[in-house]
Amino acid sequence: MAQSVYVHSLQLQKEKCQGCICCVKACPTEAVRVRNGKAEIIADRCIDCGACAVACPYHAFTVDSMELEELKGYAYNIVLPAPSLYAQFPPSVSLESIWQGLHNLGFNEIFDVSLASEYISKEIADYVMNYMGGRKPLLSSTCPAIMRLIQVKFPELIKQLVPVLPPVEAAAIYVKRQTVSKLGIAPEEVGVWFISPCPSKETNIKQSADVEDTQLTGSFNMADIYGRLLKCLGGNASLKVQTGSSYGMGWGGSGGEIRAAGLDNAIAVHGIRNVYEFLEQVSMNKMPNLDYAELSSCPVGCIGGLLAAENRFVAESNLRQRMQDMQKVEPLDRVETLSRSMVLEDFPESAKYRKKVIPRPMMQLDDDIIAAMEKFERMEEVLNSLPGLDCGACGAPSCQCLAEDIVQGKATEIDCIFKLRGSVHKMAQGMVALVNQIPLYSEPKPIEDEEDKK
Amino acid sequence: MSVKLNYACEGGNFDVAGEASAKIKKTLQRIGIPADVVRRIAIGTYEAEMNVIIHAGGGNVCAEVFPDKTIITVSDEGPGIPDIKQALQEGWSTAPDYVRQMGFGAGMGLPNMVKCSDDIDIQSTVGKGTNIVMTFKHKSEDL
Repeated sequence: MAQSVYVHSLQLQKEKCQGCICCVKACPTEAVRVRNGKAEIIADRCIDCGACAVACPYHAFTVDSMELEELKGYAYNIVLPAPSLYAQFPPSVSLESIWQGLHNLGFNEIFDVSLASEYISKEIADYVMNYMGGRKPLLSSTCPAIMRLIQVKFPELIKQLVPVLPPVEAAAIYVKRQTVSKLGIAPEEVGVWFISPCPSKETNIKQSADVEDTQLTGSFNMADIYGRLLKCLGGNASLKVQTGSSYGMGWGGSGGEIRAAGLDNAIAVHGIRNVYEFLEQVSMNKMPNLDYAELSSCPVGCIGGLLAAENRFVAESNLRQRMQDMQKVEPLDRVETLSRSMVLEDFPESAKYRKKVIPRPMMQLDDDIIAAMEKFERMEEVLNSLPGLDCGACGAPSCQCLAEDIVQGKATEIDCIFKLRGSVHKMAQGMVALVNQIPLYSEPKPIEDEEDKK
Repeated sequence: MSVKLNYACEGGNFDVAGEASAKIKKTLQRIGIPADVVRRIAIGTYEAEMNVIIHAGGGNVCAEVFPDKTIITVSDEGPGIPDIKQALQEGWSTAPDYVRQMGFGAGMGLPNMVKCSDDIDIQSTVGKGTNIVMTFKHKSEDL
């Protein structure tokens, strides 16, 4: 099989895999199979949502991460903490203390992603307001797992994506440019790092679906950094970092985009299964009057990412309290609040850096339409012969998937245990029939043991 | 060479409404019909399927997929459409209130079918039923 061109950050630790089918059943794109007792990820289909890792009872999936040692390879290191990181700590831990902690870990400079989120919110609002005549609802494109879900399963909805950058990417472009001109060093000497709550953001740095030339150097697993950060939080530190308002902060949770963009006729859908179901309905044009849908793969938004340390509902409460504290000193008016924090000069515009999102359709059975039709007919025949229990014992998530794998030559009918049982049964009957046909001239005497005779 | 699919839809059952269209959509994707064409077919079929469920107390949705086109035939033995021209106007609806409360019956069904398909033939006799044949060419616009 040809090597997939798609890069992923989720890796399976084969020695930990017990060959159960929790991951197979959890995958929204049917990208996992258990073969020869171990899980396998089909790279072309994987969208890096991490549903398999969440479902695995043996923690057999790991997510690639950079090591802090890598900072040594750069003259100047900038870290981009996002609200998803802040929400891991109770509001009694100040932002200053978190920033100081990051500084203590070895980062020279800190740039707050929530501030970038506000610029992106404005772009979303403008795009939604000026959108004329096309299909609706418009869809948010800030969750890389959802972006990939649309590429592989709903390519017909690509046109409905709002063409903005994920805030962390815009932040990286801005902060790298600023640093290069401020310090007069080469761009290669500047390390720009993200602390990621999920594998999809990590993957989107390695191989971006939407950013032309990412300025991010790499990302650290939030789960890895959390413990270390906890040990070196800044106490009553006074490190000052320019930060966003409660609107930018809200981006960490579901509904934050809509709130910051000030959209009324919009909804927020979170959790990969919910998003999948929602997109199926959008694809059927069931919601033509809805303006915008904010979509996040993880339940309750980025703060509920699989690499987050804190329980996602506790994180949600932490975030809400932080926002409430910020709101106490903010004007009531959204636009006025945003105009106070959005004071950066020349913040990058998405349009210059965003590349065309291309479809990655994975459903088709063959490149040739006639061959695909023949395979489909054969698949239906195979499917009708399978028990339809979707038990997963064959290693595929459903009988339909097994039928597809059989037609594609990747599995055989006796991978189905019911089929196998049928075959064994038939074979046994055949053997009995054969035995019965053997002419018996005399009753064979039982063979007696020499010992017994004595 | 063609692939034929046939689904019966149960009248008034909103739980499974849209299942026939969803299955047809999946099959078209498997065969490798371009995504935007699949979308047109799915929307057109869904509207027709919903009409059968809302108005006709059930019926049949058939798809015949050829390499260059898909033909969707939706038939029922429901009340029929007295004035097809009127029914083709956007916003015209005879759906009962409870259906509208569920977000259906906005009078966009037939107009959407016309919009999505390359050719549509509507035969209807009051008291006997309705038969709609939609043809979709597999010609893709750029995504």
